[in-house]
Amino acid sequence: MQALLTTLLFVAPGWVRDWITHEKQPNVFWSEYIVWPLIQIVIVVIVVLTLVAYLTYLERKVSALIQARLGPMRVGPWGLLQPLADGIKLLIKEDIVPIKADRAVFLVAPIISLVAAMVVLAVIPWGAAWATIANVNIGLLFILAVSSVGVLGLVLAGWSSNSKYSLLGALRSSAQMVSYEIGMGLSIIGALMFARTLSMSGIIDAQQTDSLWGLGYFLYQPLGVLVYLTSALGETNRAPFDLPEAESELVAGYHTEYSGFRWALFFMAEYSSMIVTAAVAVTVFFGGWYFPGLGLVKNPTLFVLLSIVIFGAKIAVLLYAYMWFRWTWPRYRYDQLMELGWKWMIPAGLANIVLTGVFYVLALPKAQGGLLGFMHEEKGRLIPTKLGILYFIVTGFVVTIPIVWGLLTTINRRSRDFNLHEQRQLQVNLRRERLEKMLQQGAGTQPAEGGQ
Amino acid sequence: MTVLLALLLQTPPRAGGPPSPGPVATPPIYGYIPIVIFFLIAVLLPVVLLGVSRLVQRQVFEREKLMPYECGVDPIGDARDRFSVRFYIVAMLFLVFDVETIFLFPWAVIYDRLAVFGLVEMLLFIGILVVGYYYAWQKGALEWA
Repeated sequence: MQALLTTLLFVAPGWVRDWITHEKQPNVFWSEYIVWPLIQIVIVVIVVLTLVAYLTYLERKVSALIQARLGPMRVGPWGLLQPLADGIKLLIKEDIVPIKADRAVFLVAPIISLVAAMVVLAVIPWGAAWATIANVNIGLLFILAVSSVGVLGLVLAGWSSNSKYSLLGALRSSAQMVSYEIGMGLSIIGALMFARTLSMSGIIDAQQTDSLWGLGYFLYQPLGVLVYLTSALGETNRAPFDLPEAESELVAGYHTEYSGFRWALFFMAEYSSMIVTAAVAVTVFFGGWYFPGLGLVKNPTLFVLLSIVIFGAKIAVLLYAYMWFRWTWPRYRYDQLMELGWKWMIPAGLANIVLTGVFYVLALPKAQGGLLGFMHEEKGRLIPTKLGILYFIVTGFVVTIPIVWGLLTTINRRSRDFNLHEQRQLQVNLRRERLEKMLQQGAGTQPAEGGQ
Repeated sequence: MTVLLALLLQTPPRAGGPPSPGPVATPPIYGYIPIVIFFLIAVLLPVVLLGVSRLVQRQVFEREKLMPYECGVDPIGDARDRFSVRFYIVAMLFLVFDVETIFLFPWAVIYDRLAVFGLVEMLLFIGILVVGYYYAWQKGALEWA
């Protein structure tokens, strides 16, 4: 038994490699760029698809928890087999194409959506060293570029369905996604000024040297984190920004006409883009796969396995927050949504870049024209000293947030759409005026006024 | 059991650092090969799943079922109708701002070397952009009411 296992696990992969490469010497190209990535990709795809299925289960369980219900309980213990049952149901359901739909576009749209959401998974650093599939030097740019292709799938789906609900949902989602994409890009730049690399693994390495105990850039960029997480909710069409599929207004939005497994593809795309936005947030702001104390582990394999667990745990916390928001906050109105994107998130992102830039230049070494000299060079990188770490945290929390908050309330002081407090005050004042007028002219003689 | 443990604790294929140097130095473009493989698998996956679904499902065509959904009544008119011009304005503004964001990415990557010069340049760049933003706001391009 032992011998069989040994052969299977250690010797057989060598045979496979020799058979593939047709030579006894290990070919670096094949093993490094084809065979090993293939193994990683298969593992990641299987794990992510299972995770997507169980996220739907978790979503129902979390909503049940919040609404004091039980949620799915019938299929398997605690309803744990519910995703499997749902999957089988969707697989054997009829795939309907409406007669007036643009058939080719209708059939391809969900595939575009899913592919755009899944390819991004290739550059995410799931863990240290060998746990990353492709460590390209423009990882972050690749993610931003490919995830915006996902909009195409939704627009094509909504347009080709030839249904009014689908078209409205697609228009809403395209406008919303492009609006929040700007805020998302701007919020990342602040952290990039500290990391100075676009490689996903590079950003995590930079955070270990730059930030306090390697916790992450969220300490220096609290505003960036807020803008990013808000924009990520808008970008993934999650509540409270789920206007594209507002079920009480638009039935189901862009996928109204979809059924069976084609609908499930949209669902999978939505949940995997949730995982991707959470993974980017973890990588850029929350220290990626590193956590204080991980450096004590000396065994390289154990180190990598633990790093994967830490990365997964951080993503899980963010995903729980997504679900928590969905079942806690009411949906925004469309004008409020666009106003939040264009008049709050974009100015906040720009102001964050300007303020971070000013603080950074002030902290540069005196030789480079800085005034405070809170940074020093180590291994060819500028990193903050101990005082510098304190300086960046204080400026981030105590200076940046109040300044930007003041700026945003100033430029939005005449806002009619978004300021809920003002809107409520407006109605209260109107009612008070009307009541006073009625009291002055004597109650009963004046006929009741209609709404303004 | 011991074999499984041995497998888990063996030195990983790529324990830290760059990939082991081959006989010929591999060009950096090879780093994109896994992405291409992932793309092929990501395309294959939905196609295969839809194919399986096609084999096991039962299709019954009816006139009512193939009509676009409109609350149960016959659809009135065509869905390919005119829609609000605001969506076009949003698309145009998006182009301007997204290109601007892309320009800021390479700037941020070498910010430590640009230092004060980079700060002044960025202030000029964002300043020009804010003028356009203010104009769009005053023209009502950002209003939805």
